[in-house]
Parts: sequence; structure tokens; C-alpha cells
Amino acid sequence: MSSTTNYILGVYDDEDEVLHAVTAVKAQGIKIEDVFTPFPIHGLDVAVGHARTRLPIAAFMFGTLGMICALSLISYTMVFDWPMIIGGKDFFALPNWIPVTFEGTVLFTAFGLVTTFCASNNLYPGNKVEPLDLRITDDKFVMAINVDKNKVSAADIKKVLKDSGAIEVNTK
Amino acid sequence: MSHVVSPIREKLVTGGKSYSDVTHDICKQVEGEPTKEWKIAFGISCLVFIYGAYCLFYTWWQGIGVWGLNKTVGWAWDITNFVWWVGIGHAGTLISAVLLLFRQKWRTSINRSAEAMTIFAVLCAASFILAHMGRPWLAHWALPLPNAFGSLWVNFNSPLVWDVFAISTYLSVSLLFWYMGLVPDLATIRDRATTAGRKFWYGLFSLGWTGSSKTWARYEYMSLILAGISTPLVLSVHTIVSMDFATSVIPGWHTTIFPPYFVAGAIFSGFAMVQTLLLITRVVFKLEDYITIEHIEMMNIVVTVTGSVVGIAYLTEFFIAWYSGVEYESYAFINRATGPYWWAYWMMMTCNVISPQLFWSKAIRTNLMVSFFLSIVVNVGMWFERFVIIVTSLHRDYIPSSWAMFSPTMYDIGDYIFSFGLFFTLFFLFAKFLPVVNMAEVKSVMKGVSSNFPAKKAKAAKKTEE
Repeated sequence: MSSTTNYILGVYDDEDEVLHAVTAVKAQGIKIEDVFTPFPIHGLDVAVGHARTRLPIAAFMFGTLGMICALSLISYTMVFDWPMIIGGKDFFALPNWIPVTFEGTVLFTAFGLVTTFCASNNLYPGNKVEPLDLRITDDKFVMAINVDKNKVSAADIKKVLKDSGAIEVNTK
Repeated sequence: MSHVVSPIREKLVTGGKSYSDVTHDICKQVEGEPTKEWKIAFGISCLVFIYGAYCLFYTWWQGIGVWGLNKTVGWAWDITNFVWWVGIGHAGTLISAVLLLFRQKWRTSINRSAEAMTIFAVLCAASFILAHMGRPWLAHWALPLPNAFGSLWVNFNSPLVWDVFAISTYLSVSLLFWYMGLVPDLATIRDRATTAGRKFWYGLFSLGWTGSSKTWARYEYMSLILAGISTPLVLSVHTIVSMDFATSVIPGWHTTIFPPYFVAGAIFSGFAMVQTLLLITRVVFKLEDYITIEHIEMMNIVVTVTGSVVGIAYLTEFFIAWYSGVEYESYAFINRATGPYWWAYWMMMTCNVISPQLFWSKAIRTNLMVSFFLSIVVNVGMWFERFVIIVTSLHRDYIPSSWAMFSPTMYDIGDYIFSFGLFFTLFFLFAKFLPVVNMAEVKSVMKGVSSNFPAKKAKAAKKTEE
């Protein structure tokens, strides 16, 4: 959040109120930048207008990759590189390989998913953010509106926020 | 969008807490000076850890000849302790993953500490695996790494190699799940920080969390998928541990009932350990409003259900040993119940099968002192279960001239003590430096489950429902 950006912040103290306020503010033709909350509110992302996440697709792809990697490693070592007769079994003893393949799938899915999540949300160690309001991680719900991206005047935006139940309207 | 909660449900957060109260109550112990109780408890666990570390070091230095193992009983306390700790390490992921999928809201105030406990328990289990290898510095030989023997690879057909993959995947995925759950709460502490040190460290690990609705929506998806993959993972871990035994040809081990029976036992002992720790934590950190009698009761119900599953497994095993008509199998079981280790068998039966049945009485399962006592009894019983399976199946093998008994040395005991020292030292460090209750999750379920939720909020909730 660079200091040149011109934000109006509506501060709410209830999750249901902020959810209603999002609809009310959007009905006035005001574009909402984002809403910041201390905990997830179901339906808020849809109300704000965020697209559905594609994380499940990423997770599936990482899982598939994990499965392929595990199976490739096992078949390379057990069938091609150094085949050994163990208990009279086939070199290609697929049923015995299910446990390790499964663990590989889970491992790749978990780490791939979390890495994708962090990358897509700009989360990394040492990322210094300046919160719009320190109370966001405590008990306040903050609706941020970028004045420059809106045609509605700042004064009107403030009035709409106040009417929608904001307990405070700040600028940043 | 308030959650619809049946009025007959007990309140999960008591004392009329607001969101801000939750933040304050949970952050208090992170931000304040450590209490005297914490210092004493931490000091004792450090001493236990140091003594145990000496015993473990001596074991590593001298080799496992310092244990009481003999030619007949080649696995004893080492594997008993390993299986016991891994079992305990099942509850955390079960609570956070399985109960998330089942939308059980009571998990929110206990999942953080249960997951932490899981990670520490798996580390304790790993210490026995390393020690049991005899030459722990060659532990990487269990991994499929190119090596100086012309790349002689590990045997992927072996359950012991499956176990290496299962335990290490479980440890790393649990750690990841737990850490991602911590991120929003670390940001809370970062934003409240009054000292530069706290601002730096919690800022570093909170990864620049802002609480944006977009991040939260993705976060919810991520948690759901992690829960979805952790559920089969947690079941696979003890399944594979049981296969270490079940795929062998030792009478008493070679049974197909082992995987479900081990998983039930793992959940049973894990929940009992969570119960033990929660009953202490809620008093020491004054969290009675978050970890209520309702939570304790729910945990006791799970203990009763899984204890009963374990009981049925014991009886089925015994029945099948007779019904199979295999005399070696029958002897293994008769020897368990009536042989020289009869006391271990009946200890196991009493602690695991009979004692959890007391929880059918509501007065008993809502009594804190009795719950605490029984939670320890269950884990004593579960330790004896593994001892019975391992030592009594081995000590009388096919040749009566090689029959033997096992007696632990001070290093068997010392290495077990080490695991307790490690477990409690890590748990107390966790309880001091990290929020023991998941604040964001508790806040997200408070409406409808918190008693005396402030009037204004209740009114707003009503408005939504209309």
C-alpha cells in the first residue's frame, strides 16, 4: 500500500454488518478495493466480487506430479537400475508401491498447494506490510475504497459508508 | 451469514466474550512475563530432558547393546515407545482435519495445541527410530539416495521403507498445516506488538498477512484441501506402522485386523493425551471459557468410541486365533493372557477396554479430576498394548530352548524419559511463545456459540436471518 494511494476506510465491528454494507456500497456504484477482516466470513469474497480461486486445480496438478515422480523413482530403481528378486515377486510389484506413491502424492500436494497459496497472496517471510488498520487482526472489519479508481466523490463515499453502518470512516 | 446453531447445543465459548476479549485472553500469555508455574514446569522438563539426553547419547555412543534386548526379544521398549508416540501423534491432525471436514465447531479452541502436540509426539517417535538403527549417523541410508555402492537403492517392497516415507511425510505435512493455521494469529500478535523484538519475529513469521477477503477465501480453500489430504494421510501412517508387524510371519503379528485396529488405538491414545494436556493448559493459562466442560465431554466421548473399537479388536484377535486353527497363533494369544507376561495383558485390558466404559456416565465424563486420571490410565494401557504385541509375541518363539524374558536397563528407561523431556520442553516453549488457541477460528464460530454475545451483535445477527 504505497503512501500516494488515496484510501477511504470504513470500519465496522460486526461481520454481518460488513457483509450487508458491501452489497449496499456496491449498489451505489462504488468500487470496493478489498475488505479486511480478523477471520474468514463466508460469502464475503463473492459479495466483494473476487473470482473463485483456482487453488484446487493447482493442488490436483501437484498431486499428479507427486504420483508420477514417486512411481517413476520406484520403477527406475526397482525395475531398471538395480532389479532384485525379493520374495519371488515381480520386479514391477505395483501393489507394494502404493504406500510410498500415496505418501509422495500427499507430500507434493501439500507443499505445492501452500507454496502456490503464498505466492498468489504475496506472503513470504520478511514481507513488511503496513496494515491499513491495526485492529483488523483483532476485532474490526475494514472496507477499503480507492478514491482514484472511483468516479464517485470522496464525500459521497464517506456518506455511503456511514449510512451502511460503519462506526468510523478514516482516510489513509 | 450467521451460523445456524441449534439452541440445544451447549455454548462453546462462555463468559460473554467479545472478539477483542479473545485476542486479549490468548495473547496475554505470549506477551506477558512467564508465570511462576510455567517457569517451574519448564525447569523440571528441562532437567528431565537433560538426563534423558545423557542416556540417549550413551546409547548412541555405545550402541544398542546397552538396552536389555536379547537374541529372542530383538524389539522391545524402543519399538513400543515408537509406536506409542506415533499413536499419540494422530490426534492433532485428526482433530484439525477430520473434524474440519465434519464441520465440528468444538475443534476450534483445541486444534492448535493438539496439532502442536502431534508434531512433538512424532519427533519423540523419531528419536526411537534413530536410536533403534544402532548407527543413527547412517539414518540417511533409509532414503533412496544415490550412493557409493553403485546406487544400491532402498527396497520399496519393504514396509520399513514405507514407514520412513509415511512418518516423514506426516511430520512435514502436519508441520505445514499447523504453521499455516498460525499465520493469521501471528499477524495479530505482530499488530499488537509493543516491543521491537516481538514486532520483528512475529512479523517475520506472519509472512505479511493482511486479512484481505481475497486471501481469506483462498486460505479457506487451502485449509479444506489440506484437511482433505491429511485425513487419508493420518489413517495411512498407523496403517503402515501396523504393516511393519502384519507383513511379518510372527504369530500374533501376522493378522489382517492390524491396520484398522492400530488406527483406532492411535486415535484413542492421541485423544487421551490431548485431554491430559488440555486439562492442564486450561487451568495454567486460565482458558476455562474457551476449553469448556463441553469440550472435555466431547473428547471423552471420542475416547469411549475408539476405546470400544479397540476392545472389539482385542476380542476379534483372540477369536480368530482360535478359529484359524493355527496352533502357533492360538499359543501366542493364550501365552499373552496366561503366560509370564499375563500382568501386562490384563493391565492393557483393564486400562483400554474397561476404564473408558466409565464415560457412559455423564457425571464421570464431565468430572475434570476423573477425566484427567482416566486420560492417563488410557495412555498407560496403550503403552502396555504395544508392549504386549511386541514383547510377548517375541519372547516365546518356535524353539522352547530359546525362550527368554525381557528386562529393561537404565538406558531403556532413560531413553523413554528422554522422550518425555523432549515432549514437555517443546510443549512448554510452544505454550509460551505461540498462541495456544486459534484466535481467528474461535472468533469465526463465536456468533451463536458464545454465551451472552453482546446485545448489539445478537441484534445484527437477527437482522441477517430475516
